[in-house]
Amino acid sequence: MWLTNSSIGRKVIMSVSGIALILFLTFHGCMNVVALFSAEGYNMICEMLGANWYAVAATLGLAALVVLHFVYAVVLTLQNKKARGTSAYAVTDRPAKVEWASQNMFVLGVIVILGMLLHLYNFWYNMMFAELVGTETMYATDGAYWIGATFANPVYSVLYLVWLAALWFHLTHGFWSALQTLGWSGKLWFSRWKCIGNAYATVLILMFAAVVVCFWARSLCCGACC
Amino acid sequence: MATLNSRIPEGPVAEKWTNYKAHQKLVNPKNKRKLDVIIVGTGLAGASAAASLGEMGFKVKNFCIQDSPRRAHSIAAQGGINAAKNYQNDGDSVYRLFYDTVKGGDYRAREANVYRLAEVSANIIDQCVAQGVPFAREYGGMLANRSFGGAQVSRTFYAKGQTGQQLLLGAYSSLMCQVNAGTVELYTRYEMLDVVIVDGRARGIIARNLVTGKIERFAAHAVVIGTGGYGNTYFLSTNAMGCNCSAAIACYRKGAFFANPSYVQIHPTCIPVHGDKQSKLTLMSESLRNDGRIWVPKKLEDAKRLQKGEIQGKDIPEEDRDYYLERRYPAFGNLVPRDVASRAAKERCDKGYGVNNTGLAVFLDFSQAIEDFGRKEIEARYGNLFDMYEEITDESPYETPMQIFPAVHYTMGGIWVDYELMTTVKGLFAIGECNFSDHGANRLGASALMQGLADGYFVLPYTIQNYLADQITVPRFSTDLPEFAEAEKGVKDRIDRLFAIKGKRSVDSIHKELGHIMWEHNLFVPGTTEGVNVELEKALRLEDFLLMGQLIANDALHREESCGGHFREEHQTEEGEAKRDDENFFYVGCWEYQGADDKKPVLHKEPLEYEIIKVQTRNYKS
Amino acid sequence: MAKNISFTVKYWKQNGPKDAGHFEEKQMSNIPDDTSFLEMLDILNEELINEGKEPFTFDHDCREGICGMCSLYINGTPHGKTERGATTCQLYMRRFNDGDVITVEPWRSAAFPVIKDCMVDRSAFDKIQAAGGYTTIRTGQAQDANAILIPKADADEAMDCATCIGCGACVAACKNGSAMLFVSSKVSQFALLPQGRVEAAKRAKAMVAKMDELGFGNCCLNRISQTGAVH
Repeated sequence: MWLTNSSIGRKVIMSVSGIALILFLTFHGCMNVVALFSAEGYNMICEMLGANWYAVAATLGLAALVVLHFVYAVVLTLQNKKARGTSAYAVTDRPAKVEWASQNMFVLGVIVILGMLLHLYNFWYNMMFAELVGTETMYATDGAYWIGATFANPVYSVLYLVWLAALWFHLTHGFWSALQTLGWSGKLWFSRWKCIGNAYATVLILMFAAVVVCFWARSLCCGACC
Repeated sequence: MATLNSRIPEGPVAEKWTNYKAHQKLVNPKNKRKLDVIIVGTGLAGASAAASLGEMGFKVKNFCIQDSPRRAHSIAAQGGINAAKNYQNDGDSVYRLFYDTVKGGDYRAREANVYRLAEVSANIIDQCVAQGVPFAREYGGMLANRSFGGAQVSRTFYAKGQTGQQLLLGAYSSLMCQVNAGTVELYTRYEMLDVVIVDGRARGIIARNLVTGKIERFAAHAVVIGTGGYGNTYFLSTNAMGCNCSAAIACYRKGAFFANPSYVQIHPTCIPVHGDKQSKLTLMSESLRNDGRIWVPKKLEDAKRLQKGEIQGKDIPEEDRDYYLERRYPAFGNLVPRDVASRAAKERCDKGYGVNNTGLAVFLDFSQAIEDFGRKEIEARYGNLFDMYEEITDESPYETPMQIFPAVHYTMGGIWVDYELMTTVKGLFAIGECNFSDHGANRLGASALMQGLADGYFVLPYTIQNYLADQITVPRFSTDLPEFAEAEKGVKDRIDRLFAIKGKRSVDSIHKELGHIMWEHNLFVPGTTEGVNVELEKALRLEDFLLMGQLIANDALHREESCGGHFREEHQTEEGEAKRDDENFFYVGCWEYQGADDKKPVLHKEPLEYEIIKVQTRNYKS
Repeated sequence: MAKNISFTVKYWKQNGPKDAGHFEEKQMSNIPDDTSFLEMLDILNEELINEGKEPFTFDHDCREGICGMCSLYINGTPHGKTERGATTCQLYMRRFNDGDVITVEPWRSAAFPVIKDCMVDRSAFDKIQAAGGYTTIRTGQAQDANAILIPKADADEAMDCATCIGCGACVAACKNGSAMLFVSSKVSQFALLPQGRVEAAKRAKAMVAKMDELGFGNCCLNRISQTGAVH
């Protein structure tokens, strides 16, 4: 089938799964921002998502997307390495206009995956997984508190910020690249999509980063007064 | 001994081709599959012939020396391709294109061939458009045309300044379609070294695989060569580095007559030679002469100072400039035909008025045009050419006048062929620049592409059938025949002989001196016969260039007149124009090889018979 | 006026696709800077031959920037650096300085195996073209050229796509060894024209499938400008 056999088909899979993941991030980001303003509101959303069948289905779908995106990234990277041939250039002089991110998508992707594992361990394992297996903890019901508890640890905060930076680079290339793969690009829209993509990724990542930084800052001053 | 029978069909000139096609012999589809054709060369002529014959059902083997058929030097043609379409409604017709071509050729071409060329020219454009060649268009969606020297109508079709490239890629795409279909077998990086004759007919070739170095044999029912011209005999020319005359010379050595070798076209607008390390000359499009004015200084002392580099062209005031083309040819001015413009430039430089350090250059000045139309307009018209010039010479034509000088560009002479494009050897055909047939003593701009494609798409695929129809009962040949073994041995002996010289000098250094010194047998070929050995390829070609040089000299010495590209100082009018001698030289001069390179070839004459065109003196003054 | 420069050339020697290959060095003295890069290599070879050494093998032909034969990777850039992105033959020595070390390498890509030194086998491009890079028409059966009207803008854009000289610099420059620029230029040229539109989808699929089969990498959509020179 052309979707899996041809190089264009494989790119389409990367593109569609990538766009779906961006949409998920958008949702996740919006949800996180709620925690900044209202712990109650955040906990309400958590409860709604909880261990309901639709949330589980969505989680499984999401996991499938991540695996698909990752597996194809590995396949493409291996193919590219093979196509490059066995001998490397002694001197390379890459033109400045080539994006750094686009050349390092795989490395960035690996950092993103590692960050994600940490994130799953920190939050998802304690919140959703715990609920699923029935070992009810207070974290499952008071997510907002758990956020505060996690980011009070500066090691986690810094790791999360590094992770988010890698994600930002990954998204700035991925956004327009995905659209171009689907053919929604042209002489005019090429640069427009790039601009929109940069803005979108920046806002998105700032939303996530704001949560990390705010809770970290709160822990510092609250530690003094509470 | 072969005789010269041009086999021109009966009837009035305008009906000859139609009559020929109506009465020629054809090969039925079933038999076509049993017949093999070897085509050497993948330029416009070779690629289009291979594609067409393959599509008709013949089994074709197509050879080229480059890594891909698309690299053939047809790709470098810039200006355009002529066709009698009359899309501009300016009174063009088949007859007019025919007449202009014969006149432009200084009345030394064969009428019947040229008429056929003009007739099929319109089909070429249809064919190429259908292939997806992106010719320039007008806003209404119709094809655009430009004018070229030697014509009073706009009949030149073009694709930017890359017409040759686009036409070749069109022919190449059709060729690759046939390769995919399995009717054409492609042999890239193969060089033909000899043609094999069995019982008086061309039955195959000996070729060297340029990657493995192996000498290989190939058999077929007919052999077609479309290997271009011999301009590189002069070492410096506008031809590609790989262009050579070896295939043509191999045919000549095996009995094909060589016609009019002294008809060589010198293109007036090339970038001058800058040093003795230079490898090739770069052509600047003839279109530059539309707006550029050609001049040299009036005063000899100004020229001397230019040559010493003390002053620059722009330092010479207007009144001290000699616009010699405008002075000598008021009616055509800077737009005289190529041969006239080239001769005039050489005349000035010979008198000492050359404008660069070698004294071999004239100015092509755009200052007036920039003043008249503005820099922006000139940039739009010639921007890419100016950039290219600046990259090569490090001088901006916007600020200082361009320097140009004539250079060897195209060879009108070539293997003699009859009306069917068959040489004096049965079953051996020559197409494109390789043959001599259509341009007489001088070729008009934008006619080379036309001739290459006409031969390949529309002429050879018909005429070769007239020959092959008699060959259907002949089974496929084995390359084990003694004739093949003998030809292969000849080639191997030749290679061994070159290696055995073990002299000191490189091939290129001797090639550079060709025409100046006699060969001293002081050649050194490095490496071995195995694998890639570029120096051996060059050595083999050099030997053939040397023979070619002798041929050119013989022909030029015998032709005691001046016509078209061939000019002898003792045969000129009082105004310095070419003076033809129609009484004694109204024929095609054909040379027959006498068994050894050092034996003087024998001249045969094919008289020219003009039925409808009145032979006149060319006049570009008024 | 031309001035003379001296420099070192580090050139790649490799005897066939299986050989590991290595660099050799040669000091070049007093080369006029109006010499073209390929003419400089001619001089280098002349000197090597005189020294009794094996000359350096590289592809070249028209030397006016159109045939696409030359294929040298010079100082980390395919064809060397010029303002217009021209081919090697249009690169002149005035772009270099006295004392430079000039590194000359072949196109390095799995789909372009080295034949010898810097001469590589690009027949993969021909195979892609044969897979579908044409319109299927029979010689002599075309209708009148003006029967198909094509808007000027479409014709011009098709022409832009058609100017690709097929030199392989795009593959050489791409870190994935992708031939997507070559393929897309051909696919687009035909898709933009009514004559080619009939087979457009079939052609694109066939050419991409052939490209994948021949071992070219995947496009990462970096619009690298070095796609070869065009007048």
